Amino acid sequence: MTVTERQQLSYIAAQAADARVNLEIETEGMTLNIGPQHPATHGTLRIVAKLDGEQVVSADPVMGYMHRGYEKLAEVRTYPQVTTLINRIDWLGSFANEVPFILAAERLMGIEAPPRAQWIRTILFELSRIANITLFLGDMAVQVGAITPVFFAFRDREHVLNQIEAATGGRFHPNFDRIGGLKDDLPAGWVAETRQAMRKIRGFCDEIEELVQGNEIFQARTRGIGVIPPDVGLSYGLSGANIRASGVDWDVRRDSPCGLVHDQVDWKVWTHPDGDSFARFWVRLQETREATRIVDQLLDDIPPGPIMAKVPVIIKVPAGEAYVETENPLGVMGYYVVSKGDLNPFRVKIRSASFSNVSITPWLLKGVYVPDIITILGSLYFILGDIDR
Amino acid sequence: MGLVESGKVPKPLSTLLNMSRKYSLWVYQWGLACCAIEMGAAFGSPRYDVMRLGVIPLPASPRQADLVVISGTVTDKMAPSVRRLYEQMPDPKYVISMGSCANCGGPYWDSYSVTKGVDQIVPVDVYVPGCPPRPEALLEGIVMLQERIQNEDMGERWRGEPIVID
Amino acid sequence: MSSTDAAPSETEAAEAAADAEAEALLARARGVLGEALVGSHIAAGELWLRVDRESWADLAGWLRDGEGFTFFSFLSAIDWMASPFGRDMDSTVDNVLDPPEPKEAAPTETGVAGGDTRFQLLARVSDVATGRSVIAKADLPTEDLRAASWVPVYPGADWHEREAWEMFGIAFDGHPGLRHIYLPGEFEGHPLRKDYPLLARRVKPWPGIVDVELMPEVTDDSAGAPAAAEGGGQ
Repeated sequence: MTVTERQQLSYIAAQAADARVNLEIETEGMTLNIGPQHPATHGTLRIVAKLDGEQVVSADPVMGYMHRGYEKLAEVRTYPQVTTLINRIDWLGSFANEVPFILAAERLMGIEAPPRAQWIRTILFELSRIANITLFLGDMAVQVGAITPVFFAFRDREHVLNQIEAATGGRFHPNFDRIGGLKDDLPAGWVAETRQAMRKIRGFCDEIEELVQGNEIFQARTRGIGVIPPDVGLSYGLSGANIRASGVDWDVRRDSPCGLVHDQVDWKVWTHPDGDSFARFWVRLQETREATRIVDQLLDDIPPGPIMAKVPVIIKVPAGEAYVETENPLGVMGYYVVSKGDLNPFRVKIRSASFSNVSITPWLLKGVYVPDIITILGSLYFILGDIDR
Repeated sequence: MGLVESGKVPKPLSTLLNMSRKYSLWVYQWGLACCAIEMGAAFGSPRYDVMRLGVIPLPASPRQADLVVISGTVTDKMAPSVRRLYEQMPDPKYVISMGSCANCGGPYWDSYSVTKGVDQIVPVDVYVPGCPPRPEALLEGIVMLQERIQNEDMGERWRGEPIVID
Repeated sequence: MSSTDAAPSETEAAEAAADAEAEALLARARGVLGEALVGSHIAAGELWLRVDRESWADLAGWLRDGEGFTFFSFLSAIDWMASPFGRDMDSTVDNVLDPPEPKEAAPTETGVAGGDTRFQLLARVSDVATGRSVIAKADLPTEDLRAASWVPVYPGADWHEREAWEMFGIAFDGHPGLRHIYLPGEFEGHPLRKDYPLLARRVKPWPGIVDVELMPEVTDDSAGAPAAAEGGGQ
């Protein structure tokens, strides 16, 4: 035997030994703790995932790191004070949080905001949707490893925030909605500027469509990942774009409108049959475009008139119970308000969208690969304040 | 290192060192609530651009950070993690408390689950008020911290707090 | 706007139709649940159904399989006891040193669809195809706070029931694991019960109601100072 042959034989023997060892090694289960502060969890969600190799055996989300006790605090605040608090539930689309609460209080009091207030409300409602979802569109790309789109999102989001600030005085937390109307009228020149902002947002959507949605890597990472069948999604209480991406044609704005004037304009509810991460991204992108269309149409004919109905100075809401829900940026958000005729609500149950949306994760993450945890969580799109309240 | 810790650094040298430290702050982002988005806007958006102040917002871990921005509501459940984060950072370390919640509990002053001020857990160098503070306010807070670093006694800062093991 | 004039009558017509639909559903509920249905209420097209505790799970099964209410909205509870604390500690400054004794609790009054006990379960389900929805209630005796779990019917009820367990202390039979969801494990008490005090309010008055802070230009020997100093550092 030559040296080379002996070397080859020993190499083969070593390979065989390795293979034998590999057969004998059984991968043991491992617990991977993601969070409580992790960039992919949009804040402070913690996920305890039990792994078998690269696959998730079970995932258990642990929340409460942002629990502030809204439902208790609302019981010791007067009705106008509550809106200050609930701004901060979903902090990306703050104005939208106020609307269902105010509508519930108005229903109990039996008053209705004047048409002009309803229109401006709807405009601000859609603007906060845009402010919210633009960040998702950039952030979703971060979840698959592309940093650039999030800078675009922060850049273009400022256009919308400027408009919200110009109208309400607050970039983030407007606290602008009042029982019976709005705090102020629109400033001069606002309509034209908003139109311009909407044009910029549409440009941003085109940019994201080319840069992210059409990207091969993005599609490979999101198509067929995290598929939610419609019946499972509904039984977990998924709402908003998450359930529309599973082909359920349901939008509260269209199907049970209440206090907002979405029925006055021409718009479309977007659905996608696939139910995977890509579909959720796609639906949200279309919704952002649709929201700019809604705003543009609403800006065309804002009715003249007062912005406040006749409301007593000290607001006491008559005894009763009302539940009002609206289609917020993250999904269906509702307030079950119980009043006993006092200055403050007796009980406020907050039905927040993200809480239900995320409750599907133990089911959804079973059997996926570790990197897909991040894309699935990203595509479900939640705000921690909206989960924990 | 011994010279710095003894506190006997000659004045021109300490000025130079302090200046280089204040323009190379690696900041760890501890984003918790609404303020995290404004912090993201300050650190991540081209409009505010924190890097022009010599602040680098992308350390891989707290062990490589000089400064942590606690932005948002600290709850009692989160408080141990915040403390641990602080302990993991090497001296000299700085803390900016951003927003009313981190400063004092803010709108949740009477909540049963919110820690009324992060300064109960970790020492804070700069408080940035607001709910949430605008990105410009956070940038001002950073500039104030830089002024503080420029004028501080290095020896004292670099020695850090005594390590106590229970 | 031309359509605003026509809008109220349209809404009224729609509401009347919704109410009629709710009536029909209520009649069917009576047929299915019989004696178990102890209360109901219809307002603004929304139907409240109050069942006894034993039929809580049957109600969920019928709503989903019999009536197509596939969307699970929320599940929670209400503590109907009047708060023994109220807001009375807000308005007076001298509460700082002398916190008020808990008041005699006002009589417990329950809301729509009636109620006999202090704690009441509250849940809501919807049918996304038609936009109908039902709000379900069930009374729970205070000495035995438990009910059947909805998780077998609506898996989404899992976290909601954990929340109700944590916030009110209501146990759910058949729930896969009642653990703390929001609060740390060592937390004591059930915060959403009306007799759970917010301790921060016991030691501090509500800062927004009376201005107890010294204005910057007011010096200590001026007239307004003693009253302000009494309030203590807000």
